[in-house]
Amino acid sequence: MALKGNLRDFTITQLLNLVNLACKTGTLVIEGPGDVARISFREGKLAYAQLGEQESTLAAILRRNKKISARQYTILQERAQKMTDKELGLLLINAGYLSQTDIIESLQQYFVAVVRQLFTWVEGLFQFDTNTLTPLDKIPVRMDLENLIIEGSRQLREWEQLSQEIPSLDMSLKFSDRPGTNIRNVNLSVEEWRVVSYVNPKNTMRQIARTTKMNELEIRRVVYALLQAGLVEIIRPGGASVSIQPRAFPTTDKKEQKSLVYRIIDRIRSI
Amino acid sequence: MQTVKIVVTGPFSAGKTEFIRSVSEIDVVSTERKISAEAEKIKESTTVAMDFGRITVDEDLILYLFGTPGQRRFDFMWEILSEGMLGFIVMVDSARPETFREARSILETFRAYAPTPYVVAANKQDALDAWDIEDMRVALRLDPKVKFLPCVAHDKETVKKVLLELLYTILAEMETSNKS
Repeated sequence: MALKGNLRDFTITQLLNLVNLACKTGTLVIEGPGDVARISFREGKLAYAQLGEQESTLAAILRRNKKISARQYTILQERAQKMTDKELGLLLINAGYLSQTDIIESLQQYFVAVVRQLFTWVEGLFQFDTNTLTPLDKIPVRMDLENLIIEGSRQLREWEQLSQEIPSLDMSLKFSDRPGTNIRNVNLSVEEWRVVSYVNPKNTMRQIARTTKMNELEIRRVVYALLQAGLVEIIRPGGASVSIQPRAFPTTDKKEQKSLVYRIIDRIRSI
Repeated sequence: MQTVKIVVTGPFSAGKTEFIRSVSEIDVVSTERKISAEAEKIKESTTVAMDFGRITVDEDLILYLFGTPGQRRFDFMWEILSEGMLGFIVMVDSARPETFREARSILETFRAYAPTPYVVAANKQDALDAWDIEDMRVALRLDPKVKFLPCVAHDKETVKKVLLELLYTILAEMETSNKS
């Protein structure tokens, strides 16, 4: 039977654990929030990972890891466009630009970063395909999963706690009305300052996360710290106060609605 | 016959069923089950779908009180129950600070569902180890404008007071919206 389901019911760390313990070979495809991740395993070890349309060529990964300069990257893009990653890797090693270790470490770091991003996905369809292996033109690595599983479990626990504290990102933030608190005197991290600059009842936390390029875990982490410090409060978007739901009353007439509430008040007083 | 509803929510074992039972004119229609999880065995049974109480206001109007299931794994019921509610009450067990975080989370979840008037009730205020109301307000990070009321769910008078305060909040909101 195919190994497929939803991350809601079976978390990423549980999946990695399963792959690890069963020494599975194949590719796990996860359709997450707005992106698709592909992670290949060989005999229970991480072999390859790719996230959505993110450029994951060897040249791009080496550039990101500062193993090659921007100029070298441009030259490689022009001259080695038709080369596979394996061919390019061999070329760079033989030409003495990089060692095999440089290349493998860069790939490992990139693949781990992809898997780390998946730890913030709490929903998404997944399927494990035993017939799909690492793409032939890519360089596979061989990494133990234990450390990633432990890290993921910790992050998941943090995620659960933060989700309890801040269940919805569709709410907004406002600065607390606490006299004497000057935010300039508070030592905030760069991320916290970035969020603080968007604190406004008009901006939902989801919008702030999108603008500051934070994922759901990161924005919750920052907001939680600001909440704990008593600097911000969670409010409804637009700063709107409460309102009565349209279907709460059996009538739309305002006078009748008011009379209805008074009737309930009288009745409760008489109980 | 016209009907309106108020939702009573809060963490597991906060006293929601008891609250509704105190004022309902019918035996509360309760969907309780024996508790399976060891960690949650501080009482014998828990609400898994909803509690349902009724107060006949007059010959044309009935107020229904819906209690949400307290265990988080039944939270898919919350949004359904909150549909078309007049307002909601969040019950918090004053003697179990370990549930405050969840109470806050439930409050935020309901606030996100609908911008409806609400009040918070500090239940079990008669317990020896009950937290002081003002300390609870800080722990729950409640805005000073939010009505936070002491309550003992099996004492009809305090239950009535909580319901009345919610209704006064609803009236105040109606006044505000009429002016704007």
